[in-house]
Amino acid sequence: MDLTLHVWRQSGPQDAGQMVTYQEEAKDISPDMSFLEMLDVVNERLIEQGKEPIVFDHDCREGICGACGLMINGAAHGPQDRTTACQLHMRHYSDGDEITIEPWRATAFPVVKDLLVDRGAFDRIIESGGYVSVNSGSAPDANEIPIPKADSDSAMDAAACIGCGACVAQCPNGAAQLFTSAKVSHLGLLPQGQPQRYQRVVDMVTQMEEESFGSCSNHRECEVSCPKGISTDFIARMNRDYLIARVKGKTASA
Amino acid sequence: MELDARVPSTPIEKMWDQHRFDMKLVNPANKRKFDVIVVGTGLAGGSAAASLAELGYNVKSFCYQDSPRRAHSIAAQGGINAAKNYQNDGDSVFRLFYDTVKGGDFRSREANVYRLAQVSVNIIDQCAAQGVPFARDYGGLLANRSFGGAQVSRTFYARGQTGQQLLLGAYQALARQVKAGKVEMHRRTEMLDVVVIDGHARGIVVRNLVTGKIESHAADAVVLATGGYGNVFYLSTNAKGCNVTAAWRAHRRGAAFANPCYTQIHPTCIPVSGDYQSKLTLMSESLRNDGRIWVPKKAGDTRPPSQIPEDERDYYLERRYPSFGNLVPRDVASRNAKAVCDEGRGVGPGGLGVYLDFRDSIQRLGQKVVEERYGNLFEMYERITGEDPYSVPMRIYPAVHYTMGGLWVDYNLMTSVPGLYAIGEANFSDHGANRLGASALMQGLADGYFVLPYTIGDYLAPRMGDKIDTSHPAFADTEREVKGRIDQLLAVNGSRTVDSFHRELGRLIWDYCGMSRTKSGLETALQKIPALREEFYGDVRVLGDGETLNQSLEKAGRVADFFELGELMCTDALDRDESCGAHFREDHQTDAGEARRDDENYSYVAAWEKTGDDWRLHKEPLEFDYVKLTQRSYK
Repeated sequence: MDLTLHVWRQSGPQDAGQMVTYQEEAKDISPDMSFLEMLDVVNERLIEQGKEPIVFDHDCREGICGACGLMINGAAHGPQDRTTACQLHMRHYSDGDEITIEPWRATAFPVVKDLLVDRGAFDRIIESGGYVSVNSGSAPDANEIPIPKADSDSAMDAAACIGCGACVAQCPNGAAQLFTSAKVSHLGLLPQGQPQRYQRVVDMVTQMEEESFGSCSNHRECEVSCPKGISTDFIARMNRDYLIARVKGKTASA
Repeated sequence: MELDARVPSTPIEKMWDQHRFDMKLVNPANKRKFDVIVVGTGLAGGSAAASLAELGYNVKSFCYQDSPRRAHSIAAQGGINAAKNYQNDGDSVFRLFYDTVKGGDFRSREANVYRLAQVSVNIIDQCAAQGVPFARDYGGLLANRSFGGAQVSRTFYARGQTGQQLLLGAYQALARQVKAGKVEMHRRTEMLDVVVIDGHARGIVVRNLVTGKIESHAADAVVLATGGYGNVFYLSTNAKGCNVTAAWRAHRRGAAFANPCYTQIHPTCIPVSGDYQSKLTLMSESLRNDGRIWVPKKAGDTRPPSQIPEDERDYYLERRYPSFGNLVPRDVASRNAKAVCDEGRGVGPGGLGVYLDFRDSIQRLGQKVVEERYGNLFEMYERITGEDPYSVPMRIYPAVHYTMGGLWVDYNLMTSVPGLYAIGEANFSDHGANRLGASALMQGLADGYFVLPYTIGDYLAPRMGDKIDTSHPAFADTEREVKGRIDQLLAVNGSRTVDSFHRELGRLIWDYCGMSRTKSGLETALQKIPALREEFYGDVRVLGDGETLNQSLEKAGRVADFFELGELMCTDALDRDESCGAHFREDHQTDAGEARRDDENYSYVAAWEKTGDDWRLHKEPLEFDYVKLTQRSYK
């Protein structure tokens, strides 16, 4: 199939950036290619013409590392449900289609170059408290603490987050509630996470608010765009824990 | 170069305990006076950096990804082994040790493997305490599944995302230490060389991938946790960024490279669909628990699978290996898949595929149970191929997955350069000539959480006060060499893209040093690889400059090192005139087509030292005091 691509090109954080249209380079695309393989082909052709290839983040190409992230025709990771851009295949497009490709659009994720952004804010949210404080070597036998299967399954549902940032990119407010609540809930649902449960939620929410994310106003676009299907129920759960923590008088750690 | 594995002479059951007592300690107040560099943030690097920081060392951690959470350990699907014997089915530390040595076709070091089996039980405890949501039974206790090469259920798992969950555990432990100020995290930073001063590793030179700036970092010890080199084949199940550069640069600075020809071809991957293919996707080996592998009995049978009656199907693994059936080790499963395809019985486009069929399991267990066990894998398969595996059998074919070879290390995980350590897939130590499923995660975490944190102290303790910083001229010299290599690649300005060279190199290695090897094939490869490398340096086109984010330049540097590694792989495969595990020389097979070892002449670790343009072979003899050498049999 032959496509027309409109791709965001921006040489660096200070550059204004612009959309560039590619047609010659996007001909003869096989339906069995992944979306990123299609971009690889375009890049090979650009290099042959002596033009700099399009920069985009990617690594595992099997939907688990969370590195790739493209707004494809305005949708984070493109049109297919529960699918990262690297797992989206060109069989979902037809000859003559026009495709607009942009980087994540969020103040908290500044563009580094072309389609590649800085998601350091996510790491800082985890650093603020997204862990169980247990040193190597100090753990009891793993079967000493039975965990009801349902709790363990729910924790796993939350823990499946890949940290790609689609939730933020799709949110009209650029909010990070889904990402933050997934980690708060993963740990808060397990007995191992109880000792720090309320301090954790206060610390993580505080850090989230210090970054340039927007506020959650229940659009639930995040849940729709999440390639791992993380539920907004976790946001409600986080808000509940946060309220309890505040009532208990917890304040953010220094 | 003198290689001393420094394996203690204590009986193997007591060895690690005794060794931990014998090693020198750094007292808690002095640990903060030592700086340790850890390169890579996968299971091995992430767990090591976190554990060393918890002990009090000052750690600098480096990854090329935008976040340490994205290291490729994250893609491991099926599980992690541990000798917990929670299933009461006869498992023990000795059995895990035995299975691993046998699975590795008797080409690993017994002492290291025994220790691995011992600490495996601590790993599960540690991860559960971190909140890793392992699968559980209704009573709330941990569930297990079976994996290839074992007759007990000892594999712990978190749906089909075990690697992700274990890595997030290590990443979170690392994040905690970043917050505590004990780890300085360097993201999007690629190590390009080791700095060796007076024979000791004293730091690294890196490139900031965003600004292109070349920087030096000094330390008292350097730990490489930079993964394997499967991407030398271009097509592999590795992430696109995985590369050998850190290990290769260490090799060029004096670290011996061991058993480079041991590369694992994983039997259950989605077949190649076209020339544009950028990577291969693994379907977890755990699928072989419930899926049955078959091809048509008749060559050239193009009927759809549903129209091939039961008696015209050949469940060739169940037929040939009745006791292990579909759960034979990876090398055996891969070679058999290749063999039936070579007979013209392969399925799908190009005939390079075999069926992995869940029909019987769905009938026996119901679709819901199958969905619960493998739902995410089935979804992934459908996304990539457009076929629904609940109704049509999956098509699978072997693909490069893991590299057992790597930097040579002693019992303490130190390379032949003092102060330079290699852990996880980057070293060679535990899997011999073939790795069993669910053992990579075990080894990465064993090295990082429970081995290196002890052994590194033994090296550091007597080196108190011996401080060097980046003003030492060796750093400037190394930086100059690094910049020289970058400038050389940018200056070629030829006509071919980096990927086109990488694809061609990968094809050469796959054809001549892949699933089966011959003397003449390897000799051909050793002619072709240097010729292609020469063409690369004369005709590669890398646009842009070194002072900005330049993904073509990053790739070019990695491919340049893959050329040299590829040559060493073929050299090693040629030297090893026997078959063992994943290294299959066609002229050395049993009548049944299994790998035939030559223990008399090849029971050694091949450790290669770089000498100018060539290599010198050092042989570390392997002795088996606890496991009896046998012809492996899974019948």
